[in-house]
Amino acid sequence: MKPLLEVEQLVKHYGAHTAVDGVDLRLMPGQALAVVGESGSGKTTTARLVTGLETSDAGRITLGGAPPPGPRARRAERLAHARRVQLVFQDPYTSLDPRQKIGDAVAEVLALHGPLRGAALEARRDELLTRVGLDARQAGSRPRALSGGQRQRAAIARALAVEPDLLVLDEAVAALDVSVQAQIVDLLARIREQRPIAYLFITHDLGIVPFLCEDVVVMRGGRIVESGRSRDVLTAPRDPYTRALVDSVPRPGWKPARQPARQPARQPERKAVTP
Amino acid sequence: MIPLLEFDALRVTLPGPRGTRRTVIHRVDLALAPGSAVGLVGESGSGKSLTARSVLGLLPPGARVDGDVRFDGASVPAMRPPELRALRRGGAAMVFQDPRAHINPLRTVGDFLTEALVSVRGLTRAAADARATALLDEVHVADAARRLRQRPAELSGGLLQRVMIAAALAAEPRLLLADEPTTALDVTTQAEVMAVIDEARRRHGLTLLFITHDLALAAAVCDRAAVLYAGTLAEELPAHRLATGATHPYTRALLAARPDPTVPGAKLRAIEGRPLPADEAGPGCPFAPRCARATGTCRTERPEPRPSGDGRAACHHPVPLEGSAP
Repeated sequence: MKPLLEVEQLVKHYGAHTAVDGVDLRLMPGQALAVVGESGSGKTTTARLVTGLETSDAGRITLGGAPPPGPRARRAERLAHARRVQLVFQDPYTSLDPRQKIGDAVAEVLALHGPLRGAALEARRDELLTRVGLDARQAGSRPRALSGGQRQRAAIARALAVEPDLLVLDEAVAALDVSVQAQIVDLLARIREQRPIAYLFITHDLGIVPFLCEDVVVMRGGRIVESGRSRDVLTAPRDPYTRALVDSVPRPGWKPARQPARQPARQPERKAVTP
Repeated sequence: MIPLLEFDALRVTLPGPRGTRRTVIHRVDLALAPGSAVGLVGESGSGKSLTARSVLGLLPPGARVDGDVRFDGASVPAMRPPELRALRRGGAAMVFQDPRAHINPLRTVGDFLTEALVSVRGLTRAAADARATALLDEVHVADAARRLRQRPAELSGGLLQRVMIAAALAAEPRLLLADEPTTALDVTTQAEVMAVIDEARRRHGLTLLFITHDLALAAAVCDRAAVLYAGTLAEELPAHRLATGATHPYTRALLAARPDPTVPGAKLRAIEGRPLPADEAGPGCPFAPRCARATGTCRTERPEPRPSGDGRAACHHPVPLEGSAP
């Protein structure tokens, strides 16, 4: 089977700052991979490069056999790319227009990308809303009238409208209450059971990773410091920074400790291992 | 023993639209023994932050308080401005979620730390500087002398939160209120800041009220945990019993929503619905609409907190503990 996403030696600078510094990733169709890191690790920049929101300075991205469209790409190329990958943000307000009813937000994407019109389009819209746990009657609601969890469900419904191969979830559950966060993780897990879809799950929260993703890469200072099966990385981290991250996750019996001085962010001797 | 801090049937309402009142805290009964650490755990709308703010008389304009909040036996709602000022300057200190919103960005860290030492405590400039340096050392800020000359924008979130903790300690308070002090921080920084708070409160024998949405974090640094839901105390129990001794279905749901990720085979379990804001709670148990154990009684009668193991739970149908009779 050919990989869905291949990222090789990806580099992105912002001025003098190197946000992404030689990242390699490989994602198979239907695979869920978590990209874990703290502020400044380069995880969000990596996500933006993969989705084509930013252009890399070096390296190669191949998604479904094609690179992300550049800034001068034709409309057809952009639409084709959008059908391969969709992005869900931390704050659904970023992706949902506050003036637009959520049903219209979903219908708009359906009309842009597919042949459905009229009653058939409305039926598909309602099916998508129901699939993410919303009531089809909520199609007429604006984002403001919904709770944070419902807004995130609406954003997921819109992303699923094009039946993408890859969903990039950028801190998609970070702003939600604990009990609602579990619902969205649960929803994402069930969506994957119903149809093959790959996830690139960008998060600072190592604690939820094993409940959604079988594989994980840990980023620091623009580089991947460790990668592997989520359970293995959580139970037996090999990299000292990964160990510090795992040791910082509150859990029963856990005590906070002031950590000894950590290793510097750059560890050039470590090579990224692709899962 | 007289509690240092006591919430006695605390009820808070805020002005709503068209002359109505909005209930933000229905009822909180909670006592903190001197030197104890209590975690106040809840999601959005639970009233956890307002409960903490009621201790310093920092409620929004128009707030009406029924019941009582007593600090060292004195009623806070009954305090007049001079007494309230004394409480905020010496009795109780607060550390907030967003330190940048509570520090003047134009002035140096040194100015911030020494201001009250000079104006309230009457220290000389040199003595205040020495004290500020010692305070930064105490919260393990390296290179304190340089930090004192810096402005808030030059400090990371974790360092700035340590400065806020140092400022809280400068007042030599008896009570430390920490309102989600690490929510905005990276997880490794969170562990460090919580370790600093834990160490400081043990060294000074402070009483700690720690506001958080994270049960495991509360369990790690507190003696007891109080779980709030929709402005009502759902359960209160020894922190070390949280993982195994909780009987309120809501506490259990919170625990199941964040299983230990290092336990192989652990499963995350979600409950339906969203956290109910206090003002939308009906006459029954506020958790009933989301609760698998709810019966007709739960929807009509609000449960009173009842003894449950070594804590108490406000539930008509508490979850039986393993090994105990149903």
